[in-house]
Amino acid sequence: MWNTLVAGADSVPGTGAGGSFEEQISEQQRPLHLLNRLSFGPRPGEADRVRRKGIEKWIEEQLHPDEIPVNPVLTARLEPLDSLRMSDQEIAEHYPSSQLIRAMAMGKEPLPEDPELQVIVEHLIERYRNRKDGNRSQPSWREYLAAMPAEQRRILLWGTPRQKVKLLLEMKAGEFADLLTVLPRKKRRALFAYAPVELRRRMLMVSSPQQVVINDLIESKLCRAVYSDRQLEEVLTDFWFNHFNVYLNKGPLRQLTTTYERDAIRPHVLGKFGGLLRATAQHPAMLYYLDNWLSADPKAVEKIRARRPNALRNIRGLNENYGRELLELHTLGVDGGYTQEDVIAVARCFTGWSVHDLRHGGGFEFHARLHDREEKQVLGYRISPGGGIEDGMKVLDILARHPSTARFVSTKLAQRFVADHPPESLIETMAWTFQKTGGDLREVMRAMLASREFFSVGAWRGKVKSPLELVVSSVRALGARVEFATGLAEQIEQMGEPLYRKEEPTGYSNSSDAWMSSATLVARLNFAFALAANRQPGVKVDRGTLRGGHARIALRLLGIPPSESTLAAIENGGNGRPVPPLLAAGAILGSPEFQRR
Amino acid sequence: MRRKQSSTISNAGIPETNESPDAIRTHSTLFPRRSFLRNSALTIAGTAALPSWLGRAAMGSEGGGNGKKILVAIFLRGAADGLNIVVPFAEPRYYDLRPTIAVPRPGETGGAIDLNGSFGLHPSLASLKALYDEKHLAIIEATGSPDPTRSHFDAQDYMESGTPGRKGTPDGWLNRALDPTPAGGSPVRAIALGKQLPRTLRGSNPAIALSDIGSFRVRNRVAAGIFEAMYEESPDEELRAVGAETFEAIKLLQSVENQNSTGGDRSEYPKGALGPSLQQIAALIKADVGVEAAFTDMGGWDHHTNESQQLANMLRQLGDALTAFYHDLGGRMENVVLVTMSEFGRTARENGSLGTDHGHGSLMFVMGGSVNGGKIYGSWPGLETEQLYEERDLAVTTDFRDVLSELAAKGLGAGSGGAAAAFPDYEPQSVLGLL
Repeated sequence: MWNTLVAGADSVPGTGAGGSFEEQISEQQRPLHLLNRLSFGPRPGEADRVRRKGIEKWIEEQLHPDEIPVNPVLTARLEPLDSLRMSDQEIAEHYPSSQLIRAMAMGKEPLPEDPELQVIVEHLIERYRNRKDGNRSQPSWREYLAAMPAEQRRILLWGTPRQKVKLLLEMKAGEFADLLTVLPRKKRRALFAYAPVELRRRMLMVSSPQQVVINDLIESKLCRAVYSDRQLEEVLTDFWFNHFNVYLNKGPLRQLTTTYERDAIRPHVLGKFGGLLRATAQHPAMLYYLDNWLSADPKAVEKIRARRPNALRNIRGLNENYGRELLELHTLGVDGGYTQEDVIAVARCFTGWSVHDLRHGGGFEFHARLHDREEKQVLGYRISPGGGIEDGMKVLDILARHPSTARFVSTKLAQRFVADHPPESLIETMAWTFQKTGGDLREVMRAMLASREFFSVGAWRGKVKSPLELVVSSVRALGARVEFATGLAEQIEQMGEPLYRKEEPTGYSNSSDAWMSSATLVARLNFAFALAANRQPGVKVDRGTLRGGHARIALRLLGIPPSESTLAAIENGGNGRPVPPLLAAGAILGSPEFQRR
Repeated sequence: MRRKQSSTISNAGIPETNESPDAIRTHSTLFPRRSFLRNSALTIAGTAALPSWLGRAAMGSEGGGNGKKILVAIFLRGAADGLNIVVPFAEPRYYDLRPTIAVPRPGETGGAIDLNGSFGLHPSLASLKALYDEKHLAIIEATGSPDPTRSHFDAQDYMESGTPGRKGTPDGWLNRALDPTPAGGSPVRAIALGKQLPRTLRGSNPAIALSDIGSFRVRNRVAAGIFEAMYEESPDEELRAVGAETFEAIKLLQSVENQNSTGGDRSEYPKGALGPSLQQIAALIKADVGVEAAFTDMGGWDHHTNESQQLANMLRQLGDALTAFYHDLGGRMENVVLVTMSEFGRTARENGSLGTDHGHGSLMFVMGGSVNGGKIYGSWPGLETEQLYEERDLAVTTDFRDVLSELAAKGLGAGSGGAAAAFPDYEPQSVLGLL
């Protein structure tokens, strides 16, 4: 946990590290170390490619992701996921939330104009009404089949996957929705496993349109992590999303998280920290998640209610939630030198920072009439009265420049990229760079990468992979092909890190000890074996790539020679019979060595 | 000094009989000095100050009382709103501070369930009333940490480490409260239900985390053998240790699964995170595999907005899960003590969005067959502005460590030495007499 490191100068780093932060690792080790920290793990042969290109050049490229051509495989994978390119309003329109559909059912909202979407929504409304009335008159699968034309029935029962897919894609929306309603769960799962992306999205669409948006988001995250050549950008997007964490399952965040990551996080990860802070502060996802959209000056509310008693249903006054987490988790850190009075003053500065029309995608909106117009004192700065929206902007500016922020952000980055207990010297170098460059995150990263500590023995293999890192690095190491990522996301969840679903604003831990438990170990071992044995739904491993003896397979997957004990366990594991290459590969992915980076 | 306890179930291995624990454990007979203290005026309000040596002696099991209990700790993460969970309905000030989210007085629609004329359970906790009446449920009001932080993260960390204000503590109170694991000790003596090992249970004693007993194994047999050998011999100390704990626990739990003794439970656990976790803890207790301490948690108590509806749902789940656990274990509850905690309470006054913000004092429930229940412990600090902590939150009058020390010393049978190890540099301020 990162808070232990604040007081952690005296604590002992993990045994994987254990060495000094002065002594440097060998030239030979540097490319692998770099890939283990700046990417989601090396792909086959990648360490050699980095070595040939040169460490410095590779780092500079990664620090300028826009100059790296987009991997065409990734482009093709993202292309069908259209919600990734939509605005919040478009998402709400094309993938209506269940709340919006209920409103349509009650006649409070017009039906969608798009004819195909209209059919789907009408179908969902009917199902909603049936559920509400306890009406379970839908036919059984058997009855449904009996009513089908013979040829279609034949395909559904005995056709090849290709014939089934063709039939289902050609069905009209209403027919398809009817079919999906009665399709038994098991068959549905089987179909999902071989359906092409259009059909998978269609399957989700007719049961819950907003599920398509969530699916696109998770699919894009894992495909980018596996395939993107702009690996540092992906790692940093994961890091900063987690730093400014929001929780996908909180109401409208199911639809807002896509643009939150795309617009508020991703463009800023190598930009100025202040820009990142402002973008998150004004994004409806954050305003909703930490309740600031409901925060208002109680006196202003009273005045409005005196005239209109039923106005402002859930808004009565101040809500401290965002103000506190902004100071504690986003900027200064819990020991950054603020008081309860500062929390309240900050919250007052952000009164009126709200959202409009969330149901239709909404957007940031400042409600001047709900804003506290009086003077405030924040961290010793005077915020003069009548500043309106500028009060909040001033607070963000004060926080972005604050030395505690420089230190807090540097510490967290060092913990993710260098060591669970990063040395004070490194934090100081990074914090100094942060201060000197006005919070330029590219420069902070560059300073970290140029430090002695980064390529030190103390950093080498000292970090335990998070579930996301473990799963993605396994797929990359095998050079496996991801056909759909839902199954991988389920595995990551099994290991304790459901994507976009950390409920608390702290985000997931950047420290190894959070990811070392018997529960996650068992999930990791099962995943390793299933993946290599080609039993992980949605992922294909080419058996041909795993040739040679066990030692060679191990070296290929780990990038370093395995320990004697790891190799011996595989050699002796077949009870007299040789362990086949795929099982050996699975064993390596589950080995203690592969759990570290 | 930690005193070694002679445990009747120390080597759990694979139990050969399915005898009930009642049959194989000796019941606690209170030795004279402790019963003197228990019967004295000291325990009536439960908060009277004691000299430290006397406090420790009263909790200790020196003298032969061997009433070891299994301690089950539940962490309610997010700062549960104590004031709306056990409602101080006799305080008019409560209704002034919470004009829209207060729980109505007993007898009114949606009113609290009267416990003693002053306090009442939230109506969603109706199922707990019977346990309270049977004197198996105790409530400690106005408990919490002396540390002033209103950070969820820090406050949880302090409560789990057992060392408020000190961040460097590497391990958790419940791990320290256990005797050092003897050779051949049960691999599941300390167990957390969930995917991560919580801070509370980290430390030098082996502790395992699992989310589902049935699937807690390496599915492929050959792979299982390879992995076991690999982790057993690994030069990576940290992973070797996790591996060793894991494979031992897998073997034990699979043998239990094979005997089918974890299934077949008749009581009704609610859906959600807590019910299944408690059901599995109960199953392990019933399997007599040497569980001494168990932990699970339930998130989602951070109700900054629209609290009334959210809290009602959460409490229904909590109350039903506790009740199901109680009925599931039946007579075995005599040997189980369950305690709930939350990192801090919430503002006495409701906030501007029909919720509450981060506060200070909260409450704890203690449940068990040997608990002196049916009472509300602690001294009530009041809700007038000058009585509130920093003029905004319920004050803390009972340090959470007082409650846990007592449960560790008398319940876990760790004695005063174990309690001192669990809460180093802390002298309990009071003995409540919960057990």
